[in-house]
Amino acid sequence: MSELTLTVMRLGFLAVLWLFVIVAVQVIRSDLFGTRVTQRGARRETARPQQGARQAPPPQRQQSGGGRRGRNAPTKLVVTEGILTGTTVALQGQTITLGRAHDSTIVLDDDYASSRHARIYPDRDGQWIVEDLGSTNGTYLDRSRLTTPTPIGPGSPIRIGKTVIELRK
Amino acid sequence: MSSTTNPSAQHTSTIGAIGAPSRRNTELALLAFAVVIPVFAYANVGLAIDGSVPSGLLAYGLGLGLMAAVGHLVMRKFAAYADPLLLPLATLLNGLGLVVIWRLDQSERLQNLAERQYGVFSPSAPNQLLYSAVGLALFVAVLVFLKDHRILQRYTYISMVGALVLLLLPLVPGVGADVFGAKIWISVAGFSIQPGEFAKIIIAIFFSGYLMVKRDALALASRRFMGLYLPRGRDLGPIITIWAVSLLILIFENDLGTSLLFFGMFVIMLYVATERTSWIVIGLLMSSVGAVGVASFASHVQARVDAWLDPFGCYQTSGACEQIGQSIMSFGSGGVVGTGLGQGNSDLIGFAANSDFVFSTFGEELGLAGVMAIFLLYGLIIERGVRTALAARDPFGKLFAIGLSGAFALQVFVVAGGVMGLIPLTGMTMPFLAAGGSSVIANWALVGILLRISDTARRPAPAPASNPDAEMTQVVRP
Repeated sequence: MSELTLTVMRLGFLAVLWLFVIVAVQVIRSDLFGTRVTQRGARRETARPQQGARQAPPPQRQQSGGGRRGRNAPTKLVVTEGILTGTTVALQGQTITLGRAHDSTIVLDDDYASSRHARIYPDRDGQWIVEDLGSTNGTYLDRSRLTTPTPIGPGSPIRIGKTVIELRK
Repeated sequence: MSSTTNPSAQHTSTIGAIGAPSRRNTELALLAFAVVIPVFAYANVGLAIDGSVPSGLLAYGLGLGLMAAVGHLVMRKFAAYADPLLLPLATLLNGLGLVVIWRLDQSERLQNLAERQYGVFSPSAPNQLLYSAVGLALFVAVLVFLKDHRILQRYTYISMVGALVLLLLPLVPGVGADVFGAKIWISVAGFSIQPGEFAKIIIAIFFSGYLMVKRDALALASRRFMGLYLPRGRDLGPIITIWAVSLLILIFENDLGTSLLFFGMFVIMLYVATERTSWIVIGLLMSSVGAVGVASFASHVQARVDAWLDPFGCYQTSGACEQIGQSIMSFGSGGVVGTGLGQGNSDLIGFAANSDFVFSTFGEELGLAGVMAIFLLYGLIIERGVRTALAARDPFGKLFAIGLSGAFALQVFVVAGGVMGLIPLTGMTMPFLAAGGSSVIANWALVGILLRISDTARRPAPAPASNPDAEMTQVVRP
């Protein structure tokens, strides 16, 4: 065997050995996964309305007695009382379900709420309607228990168990 | 990662666990690579020694490939989420070890030496291949039968007794065998076994089970003195017991490596369990006191220390000295890139060239570059072990994984340090590389246990069993 071949093999072997080490380190690098952060933006809200609005409440906004009214339709739903206080959900024409069920838009961790407690949806004119879905303890709009789907007046609090929500501009 | 909230847009983000991929395909690719490298090395040795590709190349490649394939398929079935690196790394080291042992079998010097001493030369490589297969069988058995490493927790104190029996077996007359001064062997049915290799796994079970229960007492009840948290006197009991046992091993079995391994492993696990630096300081003090004390009166240890202090001064007088001197010279003659596989003279070391001193051959024929790569391979195994310990969810698994990787790391350090003249030479073997059945078999079992813990740690959590939607809604009573 010629000297040259052996030299090439010798250096080649070292190169291959180091290549293995580098590949192994690359595998470790790709193994360093942490947690997945998913943006729950408006687009995703419409695409997958079942993603609950339970995590990471944005900065809380104080309720300013009765809320502001405007000519335009409300743009967001704000939780003003209860565990989820401060949570907001953008209103973009989709139906919002509330309840203890995991696929609700707003998951209520509340013993006094039913699995599928109520829903809030816009009618043809863009007026938002709240409807009780046959809940055990009832849904209250402005301190009166709902019996039929009722349009939500501006600034009217909706009470479900310990949670109070409100539509705001 | 933080929850990135943009208040103006009222967007929120969800933080969820990523479903860990199983990484089995990555492992398969790495395994293929890990089989190809030793086959390349084997061809290289043949070309360098005989000028032709060795006839056994295909058989050897197929044998190693088959072992790797069996290991991989068992992993797919029984430990699908385990670490993807441990099996390829162990396979590569085992394959390289086989090649170098075969290369030393081809050495005429060693053949003549064996014929002069024993009258017959028997090659070690076929035996080593057999031992590797047995080791892999044990690896498979661990993965198949050990469904959950926490079962081992039940056997905490039985493990202690078992490990002590294994450690002290070489001292029993009739069973123990005195091989060149060190009594760390037992001979059973014609095979000589090094029980210390197995005891290191079993005693790790005891240490983790024991420390898991006692760590609060050991960590919290302490006094602060000169920046160190000193433990109470009665909490020193366990470390003194282990110290005494390791000193007994050192005195009666004349084996520095085994005693260092056990004591070091206990100190590492104690440190990890209690997060108290004082244990490291106490452990270092106790081991140096013990080592110096024993070295002053045990002649076997004394000779090793002399050879370490002056490897060339006593070159002509003592056998142990000669080996260290030759080992250091072979590392030196390797230089940066080595002489090339099959082209070195590390066989001049003579006795134990393919077991205790196998690393010198790597040093000479692969040079500094190769030795560094091999150290990195060992380092990666240890890193994956520590990573497993970090990822494990149960305290027993954490301590067990750290104990096993710590023992592995200590063993590599003790052997490599010994042959390079950094510390006195000990009678331990380089994991996976050195010829010797016990070592290879025990280390395959060790890797199997690490993979089992890793599989438990990385497996995605099962979905919650109970559905809260099905719970009853409470009724408001007026």
